[in-house]
Amino acid sequence: MSKAVIEHAEASETFNKDESYVDWHDETLWFVRKKRDISSKLLPEWEELRETASQIKHYVLSHMDDLLETFEKNAKANGVHVHWAADAKEHNEIVLAILKQRKVDKMVKSKSMLTEECHMNEFLSQNGIEVIDTDLGERIVQLRQEPPSHIVLPAIHLKKKDIGDLFHEHLGTDAGATDPQYLTEAARQHLRDKFLTRRAALTGVNFAVAETGAFVVCTNEGNADMGAHLADVHIACMGFEKIIPLQAHLGVFLRLLARSATGQPITTYSSHFKTPRQGQEMHLVIVDNGRSTQLGRADFRNSLKCIRCGACMNTCPVYRRSGGHSYHNAVAGPIGSILAPNLDMTKNADLPFASTLCGSCSNVCPVKIDIHDQLYKWRQVLVQGGHVPQAKEIGIKAMSMVLSQPRFYQWSGRLGRSVMRTLPFMVNNSLNPWYKQREMPEPPKESFRDWYVRNRK
Amino acid sequence: MSSREKILQQVKLNKPSETALPLHYTFESGYENTEVKFKEILQAIYTEVIVVGSLDELKEKVEEMYAGVVNKATTVEALSSWADFSLQVQDPHELEMIEIAILQAEFGVAENGAVWISDRHLQHRVLPFITQNLAFVIPRNALVNNMHDAYKRLLDTTGWGCFIAGPSKTADIEQSLVIGAHGARSMVIFLVEN
Repeated sequence: MSKAVIEHAEASETFNKDESYVDWHDETLWFVRKKRDISSKLLPEWEELRETASQIKHYVLSHMDDLLETFEKNAKANGVHVHWAADAKEHNEIVLAILKQRKVDKMVKSKSMLTEECHMNEFLSQNGIEVIDTDLGERIVQLRQEPPSHIVLPAIHLKKKDIGDLFHEHLGTDAGATDPQYLTEAARQHLRDKFLTRRAALTGVNFAVAETGAFVVCTNEGNADMGAHLADVHIACMGFEKIIPLQAHLGVFLRLLARSATGQPITTYSSHFKTPRQGQEMHLVIVDNGRSTQLGRADFRNSLKCIRCGACMNTCPVYRRSGGHSYHNAVAGPIGSILAPNLDMTKNADLPFASTLCGSCSNVCPVKIDIHDQLYKWRQVLVQGGHVPQAKEIGIKAMSMVLSQPRFYQWSGRLGRSVMRTLPFMVNNSLNPWYKQREMPEPPKESFRDWYVRNRK
Repeated sequence: MSSREKILQQVKLNKPSETALPLHYTFESGYENTEVKFKEILQAIYTEVIVVGSLDELKEKVEEMYAGVVNKATTVEALSSWADFSLQVQDPHELEMIEIAILQAEFGVAENGAVWISDRHLQHRVLPFITQNLAFVIPRNALVNNMHDAYKRLLDTTGWGCFIAGPSKTADIEQSLVIGAHGARSMVIFLVEN
C-alpha cells in the first residue's frame, strides 16, 4: 500500500472509539479461540502432534535448499512450470508475464496471503488485469477497497449491516437486508458468473510436498477448486517455507491446521494438485521476499515454521482489541509482528511493541513458534538499530535507569504513589496513554519492599 | 545469477545446522467403532450417511430420494440408467447445469468425515464443486480412523485428488455458518455393503 503508515497505537485508538464494537470484536474472536480449545482437547495426542510438527518444520528449515530442489524436480516431472522470484516485484512480474502471454486480462483468485504481501492485486490492476477475489470474506473487503484484517477470517472486523449495505450497492441485494444466508447466496450467484467466465485462476499453497512435487490448497468454500479446475491457466504462489518433506507428513499438518484455525477437524476441501488436467497449464511461483534473510536470523528463523492458522491472532488480547488493520501488514497479530520487521524494520518498528508478552500466542501455536520471545527480542534489535521513535527510546532509557538503581527505584515508587493519591488528575488525564480506555488503579499505601522490611521479623 | 541460484545460495548460507526428522509421526485413534464415529462427525457437518446392502438397493434408494430432479449425473456404473446428464462433455463449463452428482469415491476418514476422491474416479475435476448437490458412494469397509491412516492408504496420489468433508460452507459474515458457499449445497454419503 502506498498509503502512509499509521502506527499501531494510533490506529488502535481509532478502533477503540466505539466501546460496544470493540467488545463485539473481542468476543467474536474469543469464541473462535474457544472452538479451537474444545477441538484440540478431543485429541489426546495434541501436544505430541504440535511437537512433531515443530520438529518436521525444523528439519525443513535446516534442509531447505535440498527440499526445494527435490520439489522443483518432481513438480517439473509432473508437468508444472516452476518459477523463482527473489522479491515481491519479481513475483508480480512473473504472474503478469504468464497472463500477458496467454492474452488474459481477467483472473479469479482464491486466498493467498503471499499475494497480499506482494501487493499483487494493485500491481496487476495498474497493468490492466482485473483480479476478482473469490473467498467470500476477501470479496467483501475487496469491494470495500481494503485489505483483509485477519488471515483466516478476512472480514472479521465487519458487522452484517456493513456487508448488507455493501452488497446492496455492488450486488443489488435488497436495501437493509442483513441475513447471512441471503447475502451469501447473492455472493454465490455473483461469483459463479466470474468462475464460469475467467480463463485464469490463481491460488495460494498451504503445503508443498517435496517427495511428490504436489501442493495442497485448503478452503471451506470450494473457491480454489472452482477457479483452478475451470481455468485454462492455474497459477499457484508460495513462500518457499511452505515445503514439507513427505506426503505422509500431511497427516500431522492437516490434523493441526483447521483445528487450530476454527476448531473444525479439517477444512471442507483439502485439494492435492500434482499434474495439470489435460489441456491445462499449471504454474508454480516460489517466492523468497526476505525469507532467506529471516532464515539467517537465529533468533527469528522459527517464524518461518508458520502454517497460517491464525490461532495466535484469535487468542491475542491486543489483536482482539485493536483489529487487524492496525498492524498495517498483510499478516497481522503476533505472528505478523515477528514477520513484518524482517520486511522493513523502520516501517514496522511499532509492531513488536503491540503485545503484552503474555505468551498466549506461543501456547496455542500448532508448530510451537516461540512468538512472544521473538516479540521481546525484536524490541531489542529495533531499539539498538535506531528504528524506534525517540519518545519511546527515551521512555525505555528512563525506565532502564530507574530499574537499574534500587534506591532511585524506591524513591520513584514512593513519589508515584503519593502523586496518585494526592494529585490524581496528574495521571488521570488524556496526556497519560495508560489512562486511555481504562481507569488507573488505586495506589497502594506502601510498596511490597516497605511491607517486607517492616514485617520480616 | 538467476533468482533461483540466488535464493538457493542464500538459503544454503543461512540455514541452521542440520536436525533430523522425527522418526515417529503417526498416531493411532482407538475408536470403538469407526463407522459410528464417521457418521457422528458427518452429522455435525450437515451430511447424511446412508448404509445400503447392495448396488441394487443403492439404485432404489437414489431413485426415491431424487425423484423429480432433472440434470442428474453419476460416475457409478450401477446408476447409469438413473442419470439424465451425460458427462461426455469436452468443456467442463458445461457441467454447470448439474443439479445432483453421485460420484464413486475411494474411502472415508472417521476423525473428520472427509472422503478421498481423485482423478482415478473422475474425468472432470470440477464436478464435485460445480454440482449444486453432491453424493459419494464408497464401500462400507473403506473407512479409516484418522489422517495418518489415510496417508498410509494413499501411497501415491494420482494427478489430482481431494479430501472433501461435508458441503461447501462459509462463516465470513459475522461468524454465522452458511452452507453452500461456492461448492455443493448438500452432501450425502452412501456406504455400500460388499
